[in-house]
Amino acid sequence: MEWGSVESFLSMGGRGAYVWGSYGVTALLLGLEAVLLVRRHRGARREPGAPGAEP
Amino acid sequence: MAIRIFQFSSPQTFYPLAGRLIPLFWVLAALFSAAGLYTGFFVAPTDFQQGEVYRIIFIHVPAAWMSMFIYLVMAGWAAVGLVLNTRLSSMMAQALAPTGALMTFIALWTGSLWGRPTWGTWWVWDARLTSELILLFLYLGFMALQASIDDPRRADKAGAILAMVGVVNVPIIYFSVKWWNTLHQGASVSLTRAPSMASDMLTGMLLMALAFWMYAIAAALMRVQSIILERERHAGWVKDLLEPAAVKGSP
Amino acid sequence: MKPRHKRLVLAGAAAAAVALAVGLILVAFESNIQLFFSPTQVVAGEAPLSRTFRIGGLVEQGSVKRAEDGVTVRFAVTDTARTIPVAYKGILPDLFKEGKGVVAQGRLEADGVFHASQVLAKHDENYMPPEAATALERARKAESESQKTLVMDRPAGGEAPK
Repeated sequence: MEWGSVESFLSMGGRGAYVWGSYGVTALLLGLEAVLLVRRHRGARREPGAPGAEP
Repeated sequence: MAIRIFQFSSPQTFYPLAGRLIPLFWVLAALFSAAGLYTGFFVAPTDFQQGEVYRIIFIHVPAAWMSMFIYLVMAGWAAVGLVLNTRLSSMMAQALAPTGALMTFIALWTGSLWGRPTWGTWWVWDARLTSELILLFLYLGFMALQASIDDPRRADKAGAILAMVGVVNVPIIYFSVKWWNTLHQGASVSLTRAPSMASDMLTGMLLMALAFWMYAIAAALMRVQSIILERERHAGWVKDLLEPAAVKGSP
Repeated sequence: MKPRHKRLVLAGAAAAAVALAVGLILVAFESNIQLFFSPTQVVAGEAPLSRTFRIGGLVEQGSVKRAEDGVTVRFAVTDTARTIPVAYKGILPDLFKEGKGVVAQGRLEADGVFHASQVLAKHDENYMPPEAATALERARKAESESQKTLVMDRPAGGEAPK
């Protein structure tokens, strides 16, 4: 696949908002889950009785 | 063999095992997503009718597969916990639910962003879309039910029953596009016939599916570690684990 | 918040989620799980003619025409057995094409024309590069050409032996 330029890659044939909106939100949510998991585990190790930091 | 399985089915032995497995699954998730994204964006060709927007498929389909698969695994663990009364099984079910809900949300979100430019609508009350939305509510209902009951063992039982009843929704989601008239198209990849996708597209999608799978395992193992510590906080081994200085003297 | 209240809120949330799920199922059954009716079903009188419903099928080849007002689009939806004419004012989705799938929502008026308020494109599950699609199309045409030739070569007045 040849995109030619960064602009053409970002524009995704004029549908960039839909494509990057999908990938961006997915990356954000998965990253957020990972951060919450690390925080919950840390909290549980420090004070196992405390309710988890993660919802 | 049986002895080893029972050994690992105790939270005490599973906790360190999970700790050793988690980095492995993170690495696998990173490798598969790097390969999958590269294939999806730089190897897979443009689609003949949709152009570039079809590239949403590389996260939409893996997330949708995982949303159904995680539910089955979750209900399976919950059922094992209910029948055999094993603590760890119920903890696994509890650990899988939020990740499954997240996968369901991602499938719905990316589907909406894909439906708007191709079908012409963000949402339609089609059998496939509606049953996937019900799956999200089943996950949320399972989580809320468990959280609402203070006694963990009773919470496990109630959750298990809800999870097992909800299993009926999974085949409905999967076969909805065959059983009824839907706006959602049929499956491009199934066990019964050759995939209706160009091979590079299929490779990208399968790599991303493996990435999501590895991610889900890593996330569930991390969450089950926290759940083990939170639930077993009164057990001696947790105290020993968290205060290593105190156990130095013991053999 | 007291633990008891927290429990109550969570139990309420669980009940609400389950109620919502059941409600959605009922709504789905109420307005029928089928998203659309085929032209054959419409002709057979299975569609609710007194209210709006959806019809689905293929956009008939060569049927898409813009009316003089420039806004109304007329086309025919077919399931190859029956055909229903459709009139629609509005923007068509990108994938709306002759010979491709379509789902239109609207009402069948007395003039026999389905007046649509929404037109959605229904695409298939095939994904391939444009070159492959062109090659397939060419192969399909070549095949139908050769079949035509066969038909013409066939001796008149008899089934060709198989």
